[in-house]
Amino acid sequence: MRFGIITFPGSNGDHDALMAVRLGLGQPAELVWHTETDLSNYDCIIIPGGFSYGDYLRAGAIARFAPVMQAVAREAEAGKPILGICNGFQILTEAQLLPGALLRNASLEFVCDWVWVRVEQTHTPWTSQLARGARLRLPIAHGEGRYFVDEKTLGELERAGQIVFRYVDAEGNATPEANPNGSIANIAGVCNGRGNVVGLMPHPERAFDRLIGGDDGLWILASVLAVGLEVVRGRGGN
Amino acid sequence: MPVTPELLREVALTEDEYQRAVELLGREPNLVELGMIGALWSEHCGYKHSRPLLRRLPTSGPQVVQGPGENAGAVDLGDGLVVVLKIESHNHPSAVEPFQGAATGVGGIVRDIFAMGARPIALANSLRFGPLEESRQQYLFHGVVGGIGWYGNCLGIPTVAGDVFFLPEYRQNPLVNALCVGIAERHALIRARASGPGNLVVLVGADTGRDGIHGATFASVEDPERSHRGVVQVGNPFLEKLLLEACLEVLQTGAVVAMQDLGAAGLTSASAEIAARGGTGIELDVAAVPRRETGMTPYEVMLSESQERMLLVVRPEGLERVLEIFRHWELHAVVIGRVTDDGMLRVLDAGNPVAELPVRLLTEACPIYIRQASESDAIRTRRAFDPDTVPDLSVNEAPRALLVLLRSPNIASRRPIYRTYDHTILTNTVLPPGQGDAAVLRVKGHRFGIALKTDCNPRYCLLEPRLGAQHAVAEATRNVTCVGAEPLAITDCLNFGNPERPDVYYQLVQAIEGIAEACTVLGVPVVSGNVSLYNETEGRSIPPTPVIGVVGKLSDVSRHVGLGFAGEGKVFLLGPERATLGASEYLACLHGIVAGSPPDLDLELERRVQAMVREAIHRGIALAAHDCSEGGLLVALAESCIVGTIGGRFRVDELVAANGRLDRALFGEAGSRIIVQVAPGAEGVVLALAHAYGVPAFELGQTGGDRFIVDGIVDCLLDDLVAVWRDGLRRE
Repeated sequence: MRFGIITFPGSNGDHDALMAVRLGLGQPAELVWHTETDLSNYDCIIIPGGFSYGDYLRAGAIARFAPVMQAVAREAEAGKPILGICNGFQILTEAQLLPGALLRNASLEFVCDWVWVRVEQTHTPWTSQLARGARLRLPIAHGEGRYFVDEKTLGELERAGQIVFRYVDAEGNATPEANPNGSIANIAGVCNGRGNVVGLMPHPERAFDRLIGGDDGLWILASVLAVGLEVVRGRGGN
Repeated sequence: MPVTPELLREVALTEDEYQRAVELLGREPNLVELGMIGALWSEHCGYKHSRPLLRRLPTSGPQVVQGPGENAGAVDLGDGLVVVLKIESHNHPSAVEPFQGAATGVGGIVRDIFAMGARPIALANSLRFGPLEESRQQYLFHGVVGGIGWYGNCLGIPTVAGDVFFLPEYRQNPLVNALCVGIAERHALIRARASGPGNLVVLVGADTGRDGIHGATFASVEDPERSHRGVVQVGNPFLEKLLLEACLEVLQTGAVVAMQDLGAAGLTSASAEIAARGGTGIELDVAAVPRRETGMTPYEVMLSESQERMLLVVRPEGLERVLEIFRHWELHAVVIGRVTDDGMLRVLDAGNPVAELPVRLLTEACPIYIRQASESDAIRTRRAFDPDTVPDLSVNEAPRALLVLLRSPNIASRRPIYRTYDHTILTNTVLPPGQGDAAVLRVKGHRFGIALKTDCNPRYCLLEPRLGAQHAVAEATRNVTCVGAEPLAITDCLNFGNPERPDVYYQLVQAIEGIAEACTVLGVPVVSGNVSLYNETEGRSIPPTPVIGVVGKLSDVSRHVGLGFAGEGKVFLLGPERATLGASEYLACLHGIVAGSPPDLDLELERRVQAMVREAIHRGIALAAHDCSEGGLLVALAESCIVGTIGGRFRVDELVAANGRLDRALFGEAGSRIIVQVAPGAEGVVLALAHAYGVPAFELGQTGGDRFIVDGIVDCLLDDLVAVWRDGLRRE
């Protein structure tokens, strides 16, 4: 299964995503420059973390205008699995491919730590191999990760099953103490209505090896492989 | 041109220095030339006080691939790889504008690393402030930490290690030393030596503005507060990220002969240094330099310290390929000159000559000063203080003393700092900040790993600079040893006051001597470094602060240990039995006294203790190791319990007897001390190992439970210690 990883000027998580897919999953992956307009060669797409365009103006606000984002929107429409991590999540909300917005952390400080997240939905390609309620230990590293939607939208997201990950404590409870950035309803990640586009603030691509603190991130990256099999089957042949 | 005292002051040259320049040049320099000479003959660029002293430092060894003199040092790792390291100060800018001052310090040190052709993989920083209780110090502290985090996080280089110390003497002159480490293939290392007359000089990165003009001379005068903010540069980490990726990519073309970062004294320094190292000349046309502002004079262009710029020497036939790569990264790159064979630095403005100086006059002819050195009587008196004159601690007071020390900003948890630094990016961080005495990083695809730490106890250096500097080397290497790594090389940042004063010059001489002695015995060479003088305000100098950065190698990165006790096991103290209260954190925190003689240091014993601990870790019989430093034995035990989230029961009566005083036994400090937790069943092996290495060993007790117990002295919940230690740096 071929992963396309998009590099904007200022992306800095692109290489980690590349390593996670290649070393952690043993799958082919390529970096795709932001001027690319065709993503049809890739079976799934990762928009990595970083500070695209320096995060000047607002995190993700400039990247949404990059040529590659039209191709991302097309592939999203076509149902291809797309994962936005950290700055990638911010870009996807700015591009309105995902609901909500990411505000400055409640602490007003950048926060780098390991956190627990709970899997809330398993109908997305990025959580298809996980059990609902499963806990994953993942790194976070962001200054603008406070997820926000208005109350009405929050209710709609809940009903539509679009809240994919929540920050929890080690026992799996979504407590205020377990919420590292003040996100509404402890939300760490969401998906679009169809479920193929997922964004999250934690970094699954930084958790692909126990030597560096954990490999829970592989559950997310590996889940998409099951979808890949279906894609290949769908192409016919055998 | 009339040369007035005001003009000379502006370019920071003395009358004698000016006469020397005239003599060497055979004529009076014009204004542009004068500015260029002033910048390169500044202490910051010319090392005119430290250069003769630095020759004392051992800089060679079988592992050294590149010693001092280049953008950074390089040491062999095996498998065809080298680790590149360099530390640099950004003290003066940070005193004026802490956020940008610290941020651009990070930017500068990162450029030094990728100028060598190495990919930066980790950052560390060593910081000094005045008392954290004071609101101005909080402003400086938060500004500096914020600036470091902003720049490093945005660049995507993890900040994994460092040290911070608070002492009243740093009130007006905070210290910000940034260290960067990179990895390169040994054969792909590039030097900053302009060669091949006819080769082209390319400037890439930010446009040149009026920011930071005279930053180098600014860093070489006292009292930065008196200067204005215009000399502080503003950083753009986004641009630096593009520059980093693009520069590493252009090196792959084989068309790049040399690369040099533009730092202090901007284009003047970069072009002079690159030509001097190559034994060539350079001709530049300032009209070709892209400007940020209109109306800039050649003088301003040559001395601007605009950040995120790099100078390259490129073979003409490869130019188009190089420019194409820079265009891909959306960077502005232009040819601004060429390499010549006449040894001159010639500056043109649209073809008209504006300056012409021999390169060697700029880089080699800088006057060297050997000053008078004599120790200040005040320091001698403070050192003579006898700590035995303070009343000993009673057993009842010991628990409170422990809490006071754990809450001290010099000891308390560093988490409020490192939590704001991205330390997991690049997916190499094996032992993150807070978990070990040094950070441990893997190198993907290789069995080995590297360790990194900075250290310097300024109280020791204040009271006895030579011994204090030895301690700095010993402690930094010891910390690297405590994670299981063999110290490979040192990068040092020498922060001192005004060397024209005999007492400060004495400190400088003594500290360098101390570093040299410790490096020699411990077998660790100095491969790069930086000197920052004139850190003083209104005649009040900082304590001598020779910060030591150490990079170590773990032959097998999976064989590392942290500082936290790992489950149940016996705990031993390795090293000297006797400690001292002189210059201790205890004396400062509990009695408000910064005086006495710092602990003795037996460098031979230090070497043996470290070798023994490395062997114990490598053989898997040490489960945790922690250096005993500020706060002494009890603080070290508490820290290992806290980080390991496990209590313990210890006894120290033998040590109390040997030390003759309770406070000295519990909180006294000593060099060469490491506490280790031993794998169950391996206690005999460890004792035999200690015997074989000639290292004193004392059994301290056993880990387990949720209480911190020292028989007859302390018995409390571990959580009670955590509560005070965790928030010692928080001042809301």
